Amino acid sequence: MGVYKSEPLKSWAKAKELRLKYYKDYREAHKKGGIRWTGGAWAFDAIPAGLGRDVYNITGEPYGASLAFDKPLSQECMEAAEAKGWARDLCSYMRNYWGSMYLNKYAFGGEYPTPDFCYQDHICCSHGKWYQHVAEYKKIPYFCIDVSVGPYKDLDEDRLMFVVNQMHEAIEWLEKVTGRKYQDDLLIEAVENEFRSTSTWAEICLLNMARPAPLDEKTMYSLYVHGTLAKHSKEVADFYEELRDEVQYRVENNIAALPNERCRLMSDTQPPWGFLKVFRYLEQYGALSVGSLYTFGLIGIWETKPDGTWGPRTTPMQKGEKITTRDQALRLLADWNLSKPEWQHFYDPDLKTEMMLQIVKQWQLDGVLLHLNRGCEGLSCGIMENRLGIAEAGVPVMTFEGNMGDEREFDEKSVMSRIDSFMERLDLKMLESKARA
Amino acid sequence: MITAGIDMGAKNIKTVILRDGKMIGKSMIPTGFDQAESARKGLEAALKAAGIELSAIGHITATGAGRKSAPHAHSDITEVGADAKGAIFRVDSARTVIDVGAEEGRGIKIDSNGKVLDFAVNEKCAAGAGSFAESMSRALEVTLAEFGEMSLKSDKHIPMNAQCTVFAESEVVSLLHAQTPKEDIARAVCDAIASRIAAMARRVGIEKNVALIGGVAHNAGFVTSLKRALDCDLIIPEEPEYMGALGAAVVAGERIDNGGK
Repeated sequence: MGVYKSEPLKSWAKAKELRLKYYKDYREAHKKGGIRWTGGAWAFDAIPAGLGRDVYNITGEPYGASLAFDKPLSQECMEAAEAKGWARDLCSYMRNYWGSMYLNKYAFGGEYPTPDFCYQDHICCSHGKWYQHVAEYKKIPYFCIDVSVGPYKDLDEDRLMFVVNQMHEAIEWLEKVTGRKYQDDLLIEAVENEFRSTSTWAEICLLNMARPAPLDEKTMYSLYVHGTLAKHSKEVADFYEELRDEVQYRVENNIAALPNERCRLMSDTQPPWGFLKVFRYLEQYGALSVGSLYTFGLIGIWETKPDGTWGPRTTPMQKGEKITTRDQALRLLADWNLSKPEWQHFYDPDLKTEMMLQIVKQWQLDGVLLHLNRGCEGLSCGIMENRLGIAEAGVPVMTFEGNMGDEREFDEKSVMSRIDSFMERLDLKMLESKARA
Repeated sequence: MITAGIDMGAKNIKTVILRDGKMIGKSMIPTGFDQAESARKGLEAALKAAGIELSAIGHITATGAGRKSAPHAHSDITEVGADAKGAIFRVDSARTVIDVGAEEGRGIKIDSNGKVLDFAVNEKCAAGAGSFAESMSRALEVTLAEFGEMSLKSDKHIPMNAQCTVFAESEVVSLLHAQTPKEDIARAVCDAIASRIAAMARRVGIEKNVALIGGVAHNAGFVTSLKRALDCDLIIPEEPEYMGALGAAVVAGERIDNGGK
């Protein structure tokens, strides 16, 4: 019997329904005369929303993750990419995505729905080339915004305008390739939805400071994903507010994600999507991962409050700011996105270590699990420096190798054994019912 | 009080029996395909060496890759935990433990009680483990024992370019064709393994004294290379390949004291 009461999340069914609808809408878009575009989850997706209410996108990373979860299909995709000559050490989301394209198989049934255009930003080397290749292969137009303006703490007017000017160019380009007149009111609506959804996601993550934690990270993956699909949509913003209310209720009523919570951890980088059982294995020790910089800070937008703690970033609307022009919307959108926590570490691993230690302190964590993710050069950048920084701060930390999207690079037995050693290090034995008979 | 530790290693199963902290019996049996059967044979052999029956043992703790399938074991402990306990039992001044076995290398930081403070394990790479040395000794057509001694005769440093054991074997063949003396190649291999192990150990920090355990500690050439790579002395306890099993037997004793937990 657990120490805390627990119950399933009521929002779970809606989360699944929304996600499947998103992928179905993308596939069916042309039937309704709509537009389909593809790009990364970090692309400024509020911008194409100004083309109309029938614009649907597929973001490559969550799609790559969905493929990874389907091991046989992922294997086919990987092999298709390798057969084309692509190296195995390239981004595994990208290889999954390309494989799906080459095989003409859509992870959600039917053929790969060819987008009308690619619209992207250069968050890393892989992202830069990913959609260039898609565009060349499918012979469709491609626009990319370069966002390498340095960490947010160094953002100045010139750096901001470097991005904003490209956003303006993107709009002109979108009008040209689609033949549609751009609607600034739709842009403003999308931008406000994005502020709402990303700030509310941060609120939800903040609620996980509670003991017991109302959510576990494995569950959070199925919830945060909506922010990676369509953070600019009213549906996602509304859903997150509903979810926040439910999580708040769970906190007020001590409803735990893990009835036997006795150890709180955080993970790092994308998980090995084909082996999320790693999180269930941890639970056999009464240990749960309450989140990570990845879960909190890829979609969540945060700010440091006057007391030095992290909290959801105050939206312009909450400050009473009314967005009335295209330029104002784009400036706010650029600034908002460039402050994304997960964006910062690309520039300096010390920035990431600092953020991770903030999370350890604020969420009262007992240890950190670092996924040395061979499938993502971006999020793994500097991770061993992070390990060192965390260890030097006296926080127990373990690493395990794997790949977010290529299950061939995950050794389940070895990782579970590593976890056993780490649990021993934390003086935790497996809970009685799971221990050796 | 009599306890036993079984180290279900990838290549060999080691069993140690302790009575009041003194080793009274031990055995080493190849793991083979049927781990459980090999472990049974290993335990029988150790009991015979100790001159006692199975019923005399108060608690058996298993460790190693196959620890969950060790027959007769009352409990298990990870290799990291067992190494820490075994090392501190024999080398009470050890604060860093390096274990190099057939397929895995570990760097462990411990306190004066043998509690693990941090650890690192070689990731999927046999180039930092004993099987690499064995594979190279075969390529040089010498025994493993000769291989280690041979490397000590070299005074040259030839860096090996290959990161992988498979390619390293090709590189060794190329070096032989280029008339490179076997002693120099043997040293290059030992240096390569030592360099990977040292890099892994540095992840947990090197704090003296450093204890080296595991079967590869018998390889004099590797030991010399590792001392050079770490730029410090190493303490190698007697019978280093048994330290995991010894640690498990020590833990078994602690668990009897804690009511079997």
